Amino acid sequence: MAFLEVKNLHVEIEDKKILNGLTLSIEKGQVAAIMGPNGSGKSTLAYVLAGKSEYNITEGDVLLNGESILEMAPDERAAKGVFLAFQYPVEVPGVATMTFLRTALNAQRKTRGENELSTPEFMRLVRDTAGHLGISQEMLRRAVNVGFSGGEKKRNEILQMAVLQPKLAVLDETDSGLDIDALKIVADGVNKLRSPDRSMVVITHYQRLLNYIVPDVVHVLAKGRVVKSGGKELALELEAKGYAQFQGEAA
Amino acid sequence: MNAEVRAMKTEAEKALAAAYEAARVRLPGKGALSALRADAFHLFENQGLPHRRVEDWKYTDLRALMREAYPLAALPDAAAKAKAKGAGALFSGLDARRLVFIDGAFVPEMSDLTSEPGLTIGSMADALAKGGALVTEHVGKTFENDDVAVALNTALMGDGAVIRIAKGSAIKRPIHLVFAPGSDKPSSVFVRSLIVVEDGARAVIIEDHDSGPAQVNATLELIVGDKADVSYVRATRAKALHVASLLAKVGADVTFNTFAFASDVNVLRNQNFIRFAGERTKAGIRGVSLLRGKDHADTTLLIEHAKGHCESRELFKSVLDEQGHSVFQGKIVVKPHAQKTDAKMMTRALLLSDEAEADNKPELEIFADDVVCGHGATTSAPDKSLKFYLMSRGIPEAEAEALLVQAFVDEVIDGIADEGIRKALMFAALRWLGTHA
Repeated sequence: MAFLEVKNLHVEIEDKKILNGLTLSIEKGQVAAIMGPNGSGKSTLAYVLAGKSEYNITEGDVLLNGESILEMAPDERAAKGVFLAFQYPVEVPGVATMTFLRTALNAQRKTRGENELSTPEFMRLVRDTAGHLGISQEMLRRAVNVGFSGGEKKRNEILQMAVLQPKLAVLDETDSGLDIDALKIVADGVNKLRSPDRSMVVITHYQRLLNYIVPDVVHVLAKGRVVKSGGKELALELEAKGYAQFQGEAA
Repeated sequence: MNAEVRAMKTEAEKALAAAYEAARVRLPGKGALSALRADAFHLFENQGLPHRRVEDWKYTDLRALMREAYPLAALPDAAAKAKAKGAGALFSGLDARRLVFIDGAFVPEMSDLTSEPGLTIGSMADALAKGGALVTEHVGKTFENDDVAVALNTALMGDGAVIRIAKGSAIKRPIHLVFAPGSDKPSSVFVRSLIVVEDGARAVIIEDHDSGPAQVNATLELIVGDKADVSYVRATRAKALHVASLLAKVGADVTFNTFAFASDVNVLRNQNFIRFAGERTKAGIRGVSLLRGKDHADTTLLIEHAKGHCESRELFKSVLDEQGHSVFQGKIVVKPHAQKTDAKMMTRALLLSDEAEADNKPELEIFADDVVCGHGATTSAPDKSLKFYLMSRGIPEAEAEALLVQAFVDEVIDGIADEGIRKALMFAALRWLGTHA
């Protein structure tokens, strides 16, 4: 049984159909890239997996480890191990990054019936991870993402992922807005988190990111469904030929 | 003073007039002070209780809110004093000089009157009775206006604090004025305080009101000399009706910060008349109201930049749950020749329920041509995308909302320089959030 199973998913927002019978399986420990042109439904898939409420699911199901998550609130999904690295991380004025991380981690642990982490354990965990990602102590004291550059926001997403240790990480266009140095830092952070117990869905428009985060499989999304799947070489083929070949097919 | 006397219409107006007539001879103060009362009463007689057709009181209709006027509070008895022992708990963690007032009456035996150079503390009733120089010089003269609530206070003022901080004195601990309720019987209280901070002096003053079931009218006249540094914090809880008026005159080169904190208030009118009467003063006028049930809090500001080169920042936030109602009326007046004034006013309301109401009315009245002035107002529900972000990290909805509300409120409280006061108010806000359903 696959760890994540998306079955014939149909999703609308404001009466506009975005996902149109999307079916997808991701194995435990697998890193799957999802590529596709603008408007193909990549970000919608990410949001639907995380549980954003604006979307109307008209048909289909999403199973995590065999259990349907569609009726679960975002925080319940997070406690089950779902994590979304946002394409555009929001600024949370007045909530210090440390407080935020700690509240989140302890809330998840509480939901799972685990003990809260002690302060020294927590501080060590954050400090070590932050160091690798080039996130300073000063940034950790600041309000979440407030005054952070685009690259800092993306690094902060990876920091959260490292602290929360999800079972399914969905990275929504984590490469957008990053220069090559920042991209390497982020990719390095993600690669450190690769594990046989962690599945990853790496959503990207360009092949470039996949040079650094090398996927096990590549799925191509067009018009709200998977139109082609293959190995990592599929990404190179797309880079060479573009998405035009799929634009007609799914219609 | 020969304007036509308006017929007293409401029960409350009649009762207030009767209270004044009956108490007139025994209220403290003779001569000029007694004439001051008479003039103020005359103003009230002419105008009556303000109502919704009086622009400044549009959202807090005192005539409708005061169906009756309660009798003047008696002096506190032993039971009231025993009860007041635990008053002022909001700031219990703070190392402060505690001065206790019950139903407005100063209780010296419950107050910390250890001497400190430069600090003089007394009771308003005593000062008025003796006709002391400080009250004769300042009472009724700090910020003259025709506000009826202030006039009623002047007509019926009983007791309160009179504090003088001498030139150049830096008062070590915050001065915590604890206003505790007396009997459980509905009564009315007219507190009048006077604080004079002389040139170059420094003080932190907390006016902490727990009004109980009384109708309280509390007025403070605050005179701040040149180069002084004053922080003034007012915290209010009120089961019935509380009208607070600050009348402030601020000199040159002053650092002046005020903070108004309201929670668990049935009806609160918090009005502030502040005049910058000297140049280069920097002021922060801030506050937070936390309202639920049918709580009503009205913050009304009249900030007058009478002299140039001053900077003022006004920031007021309210959090409204259930049928809470907040009002913000803020007016900045820049007088002619008050050039280089820099004034920015902001008010934000956060609505946690569909039935809550926030009314915001910012105004600028500028008579000088070289100034930077601005105002803004927002009213909104908690941001959905922020809430989703927090929830996507595993934080349950109620906790995510509480975190966002806390951050919203803390942004203002963070502006308080005194760490102890800041912590006490953050904790009070947290406790309010914790008890909110």
